[in-house]
Amino acid sequence: MFKLWSTILKDMRILTRDRLGLVFMFVMPIVLALVITAVQNSTFEMLNTNTVPMLICNRDTGDAGKQMQTAVEKVGMFSLKQVMPNVSDKEISDRMHAKDAVIAIIIPADFTQKLKIKADATAKKALKNFGMQAGDSLVADTGNVQPITLLYHPVLQESFRHSINGALRSALQVVQNKEVLKSLYFALNETALPDSLEKDLINNQVGIVEIPVSRDGSRNIPNASQHNVPAWTVFAMFFIVISLGGSVVREKLNGSFVRLKTLPTNYLVAIISKQLSYLFITFIQATVVFSMGIWLFPFMGLPKLNLPADITGVIVVTLICGWCAVSYAIMIGVFAKTQEQANGIGAVSIVLMAAVGGLLVPSFAMPESFQFVMKLSPLHWCLEAYYGLFLEGGKLKDVILNIIPLLGITFAIQLITLFGLKRKNLI
Amino acid sequence: MSNAAVRINNLGFTYPRQSVPCFNNLNLEVQEGERFGLFGPNGAGKTTLMNCMTGLLQFSEGSIQLLGHEIAHHKKSVNKLFGFVPQDFSFYQELSPVENLAFFGAWSGLQKAEIRNKTAELLEVLGLTEVRNKKVEQFSGGMKRRVNLAIGVIHNPRILFLDEPTVGVDVHTRHAIISYLKKLNEDGTTLIYTSHQLSEAEDLCNKVALIDDGKIIAHDTLNQLMIDHKEDGLEGLFLNLTGKSYKNS
Repeated sequence: MFKLWSTILKDMRILTRDRLGLVFMFVMPIVLALVITAVQNSTFEMLNTNTVPMLICNRDTGDAGKQMQTAVEKVGMFSLKQVMPNVSDKEISDRMHAKDAVIAIIIPADFTQKLKIKADATAKKALKNFGMQAGDSLVADTGNVQPITLLYHPVLQESFRHSINGALRSALQVVQNKEVLKSLYFALNETALPDSLEKDLINNQVGIVEIPVSRDGSRNIPNASQHNVPAWTVFAMFFIVISLGGSVVREKLNGSFVRLKTLPTNYLVAIISKQLSYLFITFIQATVVFSMGIWLFPFMGLPKLNLPADITGVIVVTLICGWCAVSYAIMIGVFAKTQEQANGIGAVSIVLMAAVGGLLVPSFAMPESFQFVMKLSPLHWCLEAYYGLFLEGGKLKDVILNIIPLLGITFAIQLITLFGLKRKNLI
Repeated sequence: MSNAAVRINNLGFTYPRQSVPCFNNLNLEVQEGERFGLFGPNGAGKTTLMNCMTGLLQFSEGSIQLLGHEIAHHKKSVNKLFGFVPQDFSFYQELSPVENLAFFGAWSGLQKAEIRNKTAELLEVLGLTEVRNKKVEQFSGGMKRRVNLAIGVIHNPRILFLDEPTVGVDVHTRHAIISYLKKLNEDGTTLIYTSHQLSEAEDLCNKVALIDDGKIIAHDTLNQLMIDHKEDGLEGLFLNLTGKSYKNS
């Protein structure tokens, strides 16, 4: 026990004297969590609270064009910038290239007229289906309504473009429905649709209640901090490979290792000491990053990290994730022949495991062919366990199915390490 | 009961992926209390032989006994019997001499109080007391050599292997190290030593072996070898037995 304690003391002394290494271990995860949360938070805010600048060119002189414009305004997602009807399509494109707006819609000149024809045709068809005769006031369908043109800047991501498209379709649907309703009412009553009835019929939409699924019944809406802080904490824990893997290689390459091999103590003591010392470091890393999420983020205008109710669960998951990260780093250190090898292989493998593990792309969006590979990544199980606690409000027993594979991977890594040490005649 | 500190019988060793053996049927005996020098040209096999004796290399044939214990069978327990001072600085440069001695003392099987006492003694004898809490990376080459030596002897080994312990140091440090080694020997520690400093070896060693191409070509007291080969110094003896041409192996 005295040997182990002396070794831990030695490791901690060396660790705390490596200031650059400490900065890398503690500042890097904080910066990562901070920057990614800030970026993602601003994206969320742009989508949810801020508005997207949009150029609108209404070349229609009738009511439908104005109604379309009002409906787009009511979507609440866009800040409209009016463009005169005589401005050409090219000039609108030029303004977009100048980043005046990232999207533009052009309402064609005969939009009202064509929409009325379309609405009359729909009403006529409906009346016929009801077994009623349409009046002469309804005009026959003479063709398609010229589509509204949507111009978008290529920097817009596809998913965002789809949500804009959906919002515009919904606005267009409101205008179309209103026209069909008016045509039907006129055909039946030979008078215009009263304003009050029009408002009742159009605005009487069924609402949608959004409820995040949680295990503890809470309805806290997950924010960017809840998503990013645990994810980048896991990443930082595994990135300890740079420091720990390098430390194992350095010890192997420098003279001290030769002397250690001639002393009456098994090298396993050194490996156990490194595991305990660096496990402590990963735990401190997680504590620091979580504390930043709780106390620093709100000061910086970022959403506060809400700790799960099951703190014991968070501690157990953190320790198991840390142990897996430390085991992985030692394995890299045992097999690498130079520090460059340990750093290169360590860093690239962690980024790859993060990518396939769902840290960079959500796991549900992972292609079918990657689902198996994803399950081999320890970072995936760490992330799932943390998400079970932080996002789903679960307890330790709820994430046990994520912990078991993580422990399995850790034991496999330990066995490979022991095999490597034995093969190199180190134990 | 044998009084041999080291007994090597029919040692055979070949480096992995090499067809030519480094040693073949090598035999050597070093008696307890000797100051034994192992000399030879570059690539003769001195360091390899020392690494086999300290268990750093696993040999395929023959046996090596340290104080009657077969090292292949009791490697870790046999390790308590000897100390090793490698040619490279074998400690943690980020730590102070006290911290290095505390760690290596524990790994050598000493308890806290023993480490404390022995550390104070060694730092005093080797002139490191004033810098005991400074990081070793700030030390001169000579001071680092003394730290290297202190770590090798902290557990009072009965045999001390020294691989070029004075390389790159000034006259004062060399003198201090050699004096300390002689004192250790007077206290009962067997010294097994390699160096290219032949004048220093003449001063320190009372028995020598010359090794060339993996074979022991001479083994006796220094005086007897001088008489046998009609030489008046170790350098002349060395050139006489190993030849004057370059050794590139």
